[in-house]
Amino acid sequence: MSEIKMEVKNLDFYYDDFQALKNINIPLESNKVTALIGPSGCGKSTFLRTLNRMNDLIEGSRVEGEVLFDNENIYKENVDVVELRKRVGMVFQQPNPFPKSIFDNVAYGPRIHGLKDKDKLEEIVIESLKGAALYEEVKDRLDDSALGLSGGQQQRLCIARALAVKPEVLLMDEPASALDPVATAKIEDLIDELKNNYTIVIVTHSMQQAARVSDNTGFFLMGDLVEFDQTDKIFENPSDQRTEDYITGRFG
Amino acid sequence: MENKLTKRKAVEKIVFSILGLLMLSSIAVLGVIIFFIFKRGLGVISWEFLTSMPKNGMTEGGILPAIVGSFYLVSGAILVATPLGVFAAIYMTEYAKKGKLIRIIRIGVNNLAGVPSVVFGLFGLSIFVKYLNFGVSILSGALTLAIVILPTIIRASEEALMSVPDEYRSSSLALGATKWQTIKNVVLPAALPGILTGCILGVGRVAGETAPIIFTAATFFSMRLPNSVFSEVMALPYNIYALVATGTFPQKQIPIAYGTAVVLLVLVLLINLVAIFMRIKFSKKNTN
Repeated sequence: MSEIKMEVKNLDFYYDDFQALKNINIPLESNKVTALIGPSGCGKSTFLRTLNRMNDLIEGSRVEGEVLFDNENIYKENVDVVELRKRVGMVFQQPNPFPKSIFDNVAYGPRIHGLKDKDKLEEIVIESLKGAALYEEVKDRLDDSALGLSGGQQQRLCIARALAVKPEVLLMDEPASALDPVATAKIEDLIDELKNNYTIVIVTHSMQQAARVSDNTGFFLMGDLVEFDQTDKIFENPSDQRTEDYITGRFG
Repeated sequence: MENKLTKRKAVEKIVFSILGLLMLSSIAVLGVIIFFIFKRGLGVISWEFLTSMPKNGMTEGGILPAIVGSFYLVSGAILVATPLGVFAAIYMTEYAKKGKLIRIIRIGVNNLAGVPSVVFGLFGLSIFVKYLNFGVSILSGALTLAIVILPTIIRASEEALMSVPDEYRSSSLALGATKWQTIKNVVLPAALPGILTGCILGVGRVAGETAPIIFTAATFFSMRLPNSVFSEVMALPYNIYALVATGTFPQKQIPIAYGTAVVLLVLVLLINLVAIFMRIKFSKKNTN
């Protein structure tokens, strides 16, 4: 095993009285893609959102256990959530660019973190768009509204927007589920590219996608992490019967 | 079979005719009002009527002070009510926890909208004119009008803010923005068209309000334009009321009242047109 970027230890998560995650333990390796699979409502998205504390926004939610990020618990007191989210970026299921220009979308993060220098901003925007494999398609219309892009382009723009704040970890919540097969293939190629520089965690509904893009896979079922292992092992020789039932399509 | 079909078709026809007729009659009411007011009032409208001072105890001359007065009152009201209303709406939609408190506040706002405007007038008289000693003045009138439109602005802003997709908020926060940065940079710009439209419709409404300014700002006859926020002013709606209700030379003053009504009506319709135009323009800009 290579270096561990984030390590989740004995994590419980509650929505009011409902326990959505039960004693989760997962190591997230640096520069690897970790896929989280499981049927709807199994807790995989909830888990993803505990990694950048987006669940803090939900009233009545509660976390127990630890999430170590470079060996520091992000749930400890006095943790700066803004700083955490800068370092742990997120891409959502629905492509959701702001109703602003392509340039302003990507520049949004650096700007709110205080960068004003125009040349520097432009440099970051171009670099991020290139990083998200979108630059060639939009370089002549950076000032056009982002809402004029196709769904797949919008999603890559959202990835560029996340990259622009230079995160270390990238969380992706079913990033291709709203896209057509061609756009999906582009996103998957991109993920493969991105893992050279980022630690990636991806929630996906598609087992083929998990098999294609990930190094490690975790299978969630009703709030439990049933199995976590190298992706090859999970798909070829799972050790838990429930994992096998799920990946062979017997339920879910 | 065939019999049933003809019957069904007949019923359809009757229902549609009734609905169409009702629709036409409600439009017709507007048409009749506009026609009637214009017919009686258009005659006195002239460049001089719009730009000169009244003469001879408001039996001759123009209504310039009333136009200027209304302008000051409405601008003042909007300047005060917009920040108050928008920030209240931001608090209610973005910061307040959903629960009892916010429901009570919302009921309060809705009730504020239902208070008869003459009651606001009395309130303005006792608080602004008397207690705060602003006197019968532009200041007192504008503040009273601000309270009158406050609920309209709060509700329009609230609706505009709530219609901003939650994804904008979460993706901004996920980029490490604070809540206020998110509101300032993403939520407010996206809600702006709705908020502006609400404010402009508010302007249209207060421009025509009479009761709130009777005791707080308006005067029947003034030879001068106001020179400070503590001046009394003439105002378009009050001018109509005063001419018709208390005028002593009806044959001369009633036509002036109708002329004033034309000016007021055109003004309000123009303001509403601006609101519609802005809504269309903004919604285009946001979708392409």
